[in-house]
Amino acid sequence: MTSDNDLGGGTVSSEVGAFSTPTDDILRVEHISKRYGAVTALVDVNLRLARGEVLGLIGDNGAGKSTLLKIICGFQPPTSGRILLEGREVHFSSVQQARAAGIDVVYQDLALVPQLTVYHNMFLNREPVRWPLLRNRVMRKLSREHLDDMGVHLPSVNVEVASLSGGQRQAIAVARSVYSENNKVLLLDEPLAAMGVKEGAMILDLVRGLKERGNVSIIIIAHNYGQVLEVCDRVNLLQGGRITYDKYSSETSVEELTERVVAEYRKALEERQREQRSA
Amino acid sequence: MSDMSETAERADVVAAPGGPQRGNGASELLRRAGTLFLQQREASVLLIAVAIFLYFTASTPSFFGHGSFVNIAQYMAPYTIIAIGEVLLMVCGEIDLSVGYVWMLSPFVMRGFIDSGVPELLAIIITVLLLSLIGLVNGIITTWFGVPSLITTLGMGYLIFGVALTVSSAQQVNLPDGNGGVGRWFGAAAWSEFIWATVLVLIFHVILTRTRWGLYTVSVGGNLLGARESGIKVNTIKIGNFMITSSLGALAGILEAFKNDIIDPSAGQLAVVLVALAGAVIGGTAMLGGSGTMIGAWLGVLVLGILQDGFNLRGISANKFQIILGAAILLAMIANTYLTRLRGAGRIAARARTH
Repeated sequence: MTSDNDLGGGTVSSEVGAFSTPTDDILRVEHISKRYGAVTALVDVNLRLARGEVLGLIGDNGAGKSTLLKIICGFQPPTSGRILLEGREVHFSSVQQARAAGIDVVYQDLALVPQLTVYHNMFLNREPVRWPLLRNRVMRKLSREHLDDMGVHLPSVNVEVASLSGGQRQAIAVARSVYSENNKVLLLDEPLAAMGVKEGAMILDLVRGLKERGNVSIIIIAHNYGQVLEVCDRVNLLQGGRITYDKYSSETSVEELTERVVAEYRKALEERQREQRSA
Repeated sequence: MSDMSETAERADVVAAPGGPQRGNGASELLRRAGTLFLQQREASVLLIAVAIFLYFTASTPSFFGHGSFVNIAQYMAPYTIIAIGEVLLMVCGEIDLSVGYVWMLSPFVMRGFIDSGVPELLAIIITVLLLSLIGLVNGIITTWFGVPSLITTLGMGYLIFGVALTVSSAQQVNLPDGNGGVGRWFGAAAWSEFIWATVLVLIFHVILTRTRWGLYTVSVGGNLLGARESGIKVNTIKIGNFMITSSLGALAGILEAFKNDIIDPSAGQLAVVLVALAGAVIGGTAMLGGSGTMIGAWLGVLVLGILQDGFNLRGISANKFQIILGAAILLAMIANTYLTRLRGAGRIAARARTH
């Protein structure tokens, strides 16, 4: 199957016109492939993110979601293809470059240092300094203000992150990545994984708050389709390194998404059985 | 059900007795001072140091006196200097066993420079800077080639040992004299090595706790992947700390040579590294990375110094001293772990108050 059938001319995108309105897109990923030696992680992936939009990226384990995120945020380069930020082609050779351009990511492992305080984590690798000393008081004050502003409630910003719950850590990581003024695109890698109901709700509220502010566009990787549809404007399904499905949340349902993923599993199972029979 | 509410509850329970509204006189003040004290990471080892200091003061007549204090200061100074490097490395998740051999090698290198006409002070500076290259190699092998630093520095240690023995022909060498008396500032005067050690501890305390370098050192040891994802140059941090450690080892070797007024091929080596590591760990530095303290290391080595001096004055033989030292290290560590747990409770109380 070629890339054009996949998205450009396929039934999926013609329904929603995924690639027909490029003017409003803050981020476009075009024909991205990624190979690790003999393993192909991504095959000609096309993805768009509109300004102020929240896009859900779903797919089973090993479908290539995290790989795609790592390419967009500059952690690793693609084997081929290009990325357009606000219509301009960008090449990132480091996370800092992407961050400076306005793309930031919250990793699954959150990239927090448990032994450091909340405020040191908030400013990790962008600490205000009056050489050679860190400006701890400034960091403390700004962190507290920013977290209050985001509706993240902590006992104190002076505590070590090690003493906080999973939800609180996630909230800090999210708040940190939207701290800088020029942040345009935020990537969240499984922000709801291993989270209780209350904690998950807290994170979803945080994402909704960001959406209402409207100055940042978000891509969320998640497994819980209910939560995805609750908070995302649009959903993309990644299967076997390709995007096979692209619909607005209002036009699909948990059942349909589940059916898609299960159907893929069945197909793979049948193929395997057929191969076994012929062998 | 969530951890969040649990933390809050726990904080409330602990905070209640220390809350400002409950204050009733001196005992309350004492309790709050106690809580504040226990929040400090170095509190436990300080308590241990004070306790054994008081014990020897009470039990050993000649312990409390100038000569005895000079002995403690001279004992602890070089180990403290080595411990600074080991704390930096342990905090970022590494270790250096070769630094004792740098200590052994460095005065011979210095002597070489002096013999070829370099002024004494310049020779010291050049040696200290030059031997940081050993740390550079340690760091590169560890980070780029992914060899565990325990193995890297074990190999490097043997290598330098061989070099030092070859260079010196395993013979003692006298220090050159009549060169303006720089030696007085570098270990020969009774307190000079101790002052070096203490000033360096203070400087590196500030570096570890108040600068980017320190913050990144903690980050690399606390969450290596996370530090890398945050854009911290993790290899640079590690290599830098290996270089600092080697330079400190070189300095310690030179100071010791001036103190003993001889360049001795049996100086340094692995034994001194183990003492420094013991001091650092007793002081509260975690061997797993992410957490450590310079002041604690200073106090940890002080504890060893007091034990050594005290037992010495009581006429306990060197052989028996090893047994007592070993037991003392174990006891100190057990006490330390216990007090750290207490401190954890104190911290939570403090958190609730600061909010």
